[in-house]
Amino acid sequence: MSDATKRDVVMPPASTVGVLGWIRKNLFPSWYSGVVTVILGYFIISNFIPMINWALFKADFIGESSADCSGEGACWVFIGTRFDFFIYGFYPEAEFWRINTLYVIFALLIVPQFFNAVSTRIKMVLGVLGVTVFPVLAFILIRGSETFGLEIIETNRWGGLTLTLILAYVGIVAAIPIGVLLALGRRSDMPLVRALSVVFIEFWRGVPLITILFMASVMLPLFLPEGVSFDRLLRALIGITLFQSAYMAEVIRGGLQAIPKGQYEAAEAMGLGYWRSMGLIILPQALKIVIPGIVNTLISLFKDTTLVLIIGLFDLLNAVQTTIIDPAWRNVAIEGYVFAAFLFWIFCFGMSRYSQQLERKLHRGHKR
Amino acid sequence: MNQDVENGRRTGQVASMAAQGESMIKVEGMHKWYDTFHVLKGLDLDVSRGERIVICGPSGSGKSTFIRCINRLEEHQKGRIVVDGVELTNDLRNIELIRREVGMVFQHFNLFPHLTVLENCCLAPIWVRKTPRREAEEQAMKYLERVKIPEQARKYPGQLSGGQQQRVAIARSLCMNPKIMLFDEPTSALDPEMIKEVLDVMVELAQSGMTMICVTHEMGFAKTVADRVIFMDQGEIVEQGPPTEFFSNPREPRTQQFLQQILHH
Repeated sequence: MSDATKRDVVMPPASTVGVLGWIRKNLFPSWYSGVVTVILGYFIISNFIPMINWALFKADFIGESSADCSGEGACWVFIGTRFDFFIYGFYPEAEFWRINTLYVIFALLIVPQFFNAVSTRIKMVLGVLGVTVFPVLAFILIRGSETFGLEIIETNRWGGLTLTLILAYVGIVAAIPIGVLLALGRRSDMPLVRALSVVFIEFWRGVPLITILFMASVMLPLFLPEGVSFDRLLRALIGITLFQSAYMAEVIRGGLQAIPKGQYEAAEAMGLGYWRSMGLIILPQALKIVIPGIVNTLISLFKDTTLVLIIGLFDLLNAVQTTIIDPAWRNVAIEGYVFAAFLFWIFCFGMSRYSQQLERKLHRGHKR
Repeated sequence: MNQDVENGRRTGQVASMAAQGESMIKVEGMHKWYDTFHVLKGLDLDVSRGERIVICGPSGSGKSTFIRCINRLEEHQKGRIVVDGVELTNDLRNIELIRREVGMVFQHFNLFPHLTVLENCCLAPIWVRKTPRREAEEQAMKYLERVKIPEQARKYPGQLSGGQQQRVAIARSLCMNPKIMLFDEPTSALDPEMIKEVLDVMVELAQSGMTMICVTHEMGFAKTVADRVIFMDQGEIVEQGPPTEFFSNPREPRTQQFLQQILHH
């Protein structure tokens, strides 16, 4: 019996398994696929090697000034010397610890979300802290507070990556709930609520973000009474949030429309009432469906924060842009942009990974 | 004679007999329109506590719309509906009061796919009746045992067969301890081999004295448990009576025609 079982185990031909098998199956299954493989391979290698050489092997990492760069590869010395400015903007050096503390707390809140070993309950607690306590703490620490003996640092000294993250974080945390309310409003039975939501969404969605930022920074003060001033950063924040919440609303509305009518009816028939039906039954399903759309919007929001440079806020990109024109450094534009692009990419890629993980986790068998 | 048959079916139902005559649902001259289309044309119905009613009729006759008016999933425009002493009006409080006491089972089950079977069953007791979680779970397990699927409690609806899902849906409604159960074609979306398991649960429920209104084409079920069979066509109640009479001796030509079509195919 056991002999027969052994005999039944027939191995596949050697040419179809292992590394050779894989190469043959995936890279050279036919002559034209082989040609494509060779051409693409040539392009990748011929571009990739010089890129790596430029960025790593021929690059200069250590030094103080332009003179320390050979000019053959990337001059990362430039990034190193201006690093503080890229991260903190004009924030006073003596107070960097306040921002650093926040980065550490931020990391403690975010990093566990990426690990399956962490229980859902802990993730939820961290998430709730992240949208409630953390923003308040961040505001007190960054801006300063006399009650806590922290020097007040005005918003025009905030900048760099820190400012980019502030813009993005406030935008994300505020745009989702406003978007949910607008989406529900647009599907409401009450004509007035529906009309207001439609007007709001179509107005903000129909205007370019640059226009909104311009209006907020140039036009708005003209309409305000004499002597009333309104923080420039706050105006930008409100503009970005309202703009993105209009987009968010439409993404979420797509999810709400995908939920079968029977779900609404079953929830109603139980006597759950409107808000509990939405909160317990409809939104959890609708938001899950539109995770890719939500994250898409959030990623574009994150990158759109760079537009604040036109109203003179020093976000990461603007900080890079103002330093690369420094005559003391020759041709460091590429290094500056690559650095900025790399930081943006890290955060956007992180959001993307997180959303994919969330989708897998929330998958509940086949849907009815 | 009919009374005897009815009594016979109700053996062991002394309590429900005693409550006979107490009106649970009272519908008077109820009309409904979809825009200008007249769907329900002056319906009258009186349902006593413990009474089991089967509504049948051709598709488009308004049967589903009718029972969906009883828990206000559809709004009626004329006439009165009184459920357990509370009149259905635009008053949201009354609507929610009635919905607590009226369970509904749908053709397509409508379980919540993002929640486990147990969570589906506990949701309304916890959020509407404010039952403590532990108590709600114990009760849910009791009802899941009653519909014979306690072992599926931790699964998601998507992992169950149609028949199992419908039994969960029945248990979910029962968890609210409703006074009335509405069934809207509960077996129409099921594969033939699963119909029986759902009907068995419904028969058991009927025998326990629950006030039930079922829209169904299962005439066997109507014969076994119904106190009254109602035949609807084109938004009107054409004929009603105890099943023995209804099936053996229908008076109206439309009823006769309908019965011929569904009983002899």
